[in-house]
Amino acid sequence: MSDDPLYRDSSIEGSSPDAATVEGAVEKGDRSQFAMGTAVPSEMVVDIEKMAERNARTASLWTDAYRQLRRKPIFIISAVLIIIMIVMAAFPILFTRIDPRACNLSDSLLAPSSEHWFGTDLQGCDYYSRTIHGARVSITIGLVVTLFATSIALVGGSTAGYYGGRVDTVIARLTDIMFVIPFILGGIVILSLFPTRGVAQVSLVLIILGWATMLRLVRSSVMSVKSSDYVDAARAMGGSNFRIITKHVLPNSLAPVIVYATITVGAVISAEAALSFLGVGLQLPAISWGLMIATAQHRILTSPHLLLFPGLFLSVTVFSFILMGDALRDALDPKLR
Amino acid sequence: MGRYIVRRMIQFIPVFFGATFLIFALVFAIPGDPIRALAGEKHLPQTVIDTLNERYHLDQPLWKQYGIYISNVFHGDFGIDFRGRPVADLMKQRLPVTIRLAGLAFLFEVVIGIGAGILAGVRKGKFIDYLVLISTLIVIAIPVFVSAFLAQIIFGVKLGWFPVSGVRDGWMSYVLPALVLGAVSLAYIARLQRASLDENLRADYVRTATSKGLSRRRVVGIHALRNSLIPVVTFLAIDLGALMGGAIITETIFNLPGIGRAVFEGVQRQEGTVVVGIATFMIIVYMIANLLADILYGVLDPRIRYD
Repeated sequence: MSDDPLYRDSSIEGSSPDAATVEGAVEKGDRSQFAMGTAVPSEMVVDIEKMAERNARTASLWTDAYRQLRRKPIFIISAVLIIIMIVMAAFPILFTRIDPRACNLSDSLLAPSSEHWFGTDLQGCDYYSRTIHGARVSITIGLVVTLFATSIALVGGSTAGYYGGRVDTVIARLTDIMFVIPFILGGIVILSLFPTRGVAQVSLVLIILGWATMLRLVRSSVMSVKSSDYVDAARAMGGSNFRIITKHVLPNSLAPVIVYATITVGAVISAEAALSFLGVGLQLPAISWGLMIATAQHRILTSPHLLLFPGLFLSVTVFSFILMGDALRDALDPKLR
Repeated sequence: MGRYIVRRMIQFIPVFFGATFLIFALVFAIPGDPIRALAGEKHLPQTVIDTLNERYHLDQPLWKQYGIYISNVFHGDFGIDFRGRPVADLMKQRLPVTIRLAGLAFLFEVVIGIGAGILAGVRKGKFIDYLVLISTLIVIAIPVFVSAFLAQIIFGVKLGWFPVSGVRDGWMSYVLPALVLGAVSLAYIARLQRASLDENLRADYVRTATSKGLSRRRVVGIHALRNSLIPVVTFLAIDLGALMGGAIITETIFNLPGIGRAVFEGVQRQEGTVVVGIATFMIIVYMIANLLADILYGVLDPRIRYD
């Protein structure tokens, strides 16, 4: 296959921008190489050439982006926060050994102290433990909804964007229909259909409401990639539509989708909390930040800690996903480099 | 341009019917018999149930109910709620509250959002720039219902500047809810305005304007600012529709009797006609806002051609 002249052509064409960015990186770059270069100038040229050669093969948009991200404090801060939240969701036992459901009514509504770091709630449950355990539903719903919504968007969006015509019209109109329904309105209407609402039901509804915006993004991204030379080349070589979409079009249109998906995790977590707060999301005895804030709302003056801690955890989680999306956008958008 | 507008409006027709039918079907699929819910503990005679069923067309198949409903809507009749009151009257009574709330939120977005964005864009890399960037990120991250309570505690109770809830104090009672409702969009607008102004300040035409000796004031204020407003104005138009949806949470927390709270109460009471009526209205507003954004984009930026 690599003997085919067309293929070779396109691979050369594909590699040239990478080589350019490598040069750029060297220019901006690593001080040790410059130090070495000033000592032995002739070797430096060889060195850079070698490096460019080696990197031209390996440096894709992703390795480039990763190299850039590693040095960004915003990325590191948000990554650390997200990892902490995910560990908290998976193994709350690492953060607290107190059972969030072992409550002592005589300890009702205590202010934060050395014994109860975040105080206690109305039932006398340890609020620190409850806040830690609340991470699980938020992170689960955020990741599950984003994963499914992105999958739907990738399949639907690439089909619509790649094939165009009648398929595109149908998918685009379906997207428009979901798009014009205000998010919270759709959420309360659909969720009130379920008499009992757990993580599965809330996730399902958020997926139903969330895929449309994402699909629009995939569709426009695929449409802009579709007319590239390498797609024509792949078609000329007789690649099947499925192969062209999965091997050429999707990988190249993925960058904006990943940025948006990262931000979506934060938005979904926020939406789940809002719906639980309104009383149409998760139901007690589930432990969720939205529910905790809902029960706190009548005591915000006498026991502000009941609002403060789940509100803070919720905001920090949403914040770190938005921050991560911002950092990824800067790294993945070649126009900003 | 004219042809483009007409084509977009024609495209909106199936979307409108699709979205309103979806809401209609969902609302009337909500489990439970609304007539029995209305009766509560009382036992209703079968004749009363039949009459009520007939009056609200509950005995018809769903698509027929929708057909009857939507043709009535086009005649300005949004049906009647279970207390026999026309939903159109309810909306007429509740709508001014939401319009005042959304209008004030919109004003905050325009004045504070664009203002902060311009300040940050002009003084890029300075203290004020970082202040705007960081504060907007924080505002975006805090969910609306959390910031609503924070605003109530800080400005309503501790400082006592504004009433905590209700609408008894005239315009003053709208300040806090409008700030909360507009906060996230305000932050996005500030960031968008900053990025857009920054991009335009580096454009060739700005360099030309500076080199021909125009004052910095004129270069920024007339040349760069006007062009940088294009994406911001488009965002504002779309946001006009989004404010309607956001009003559901804000009005519920601040106890404002607007259409947002009405639709939420309607869902809780399973009052289908109220929910569908207000939802239809919100969808229309949202669609018009989107269309407006598209048209504005073309009017403001002559480089964009539609045909």
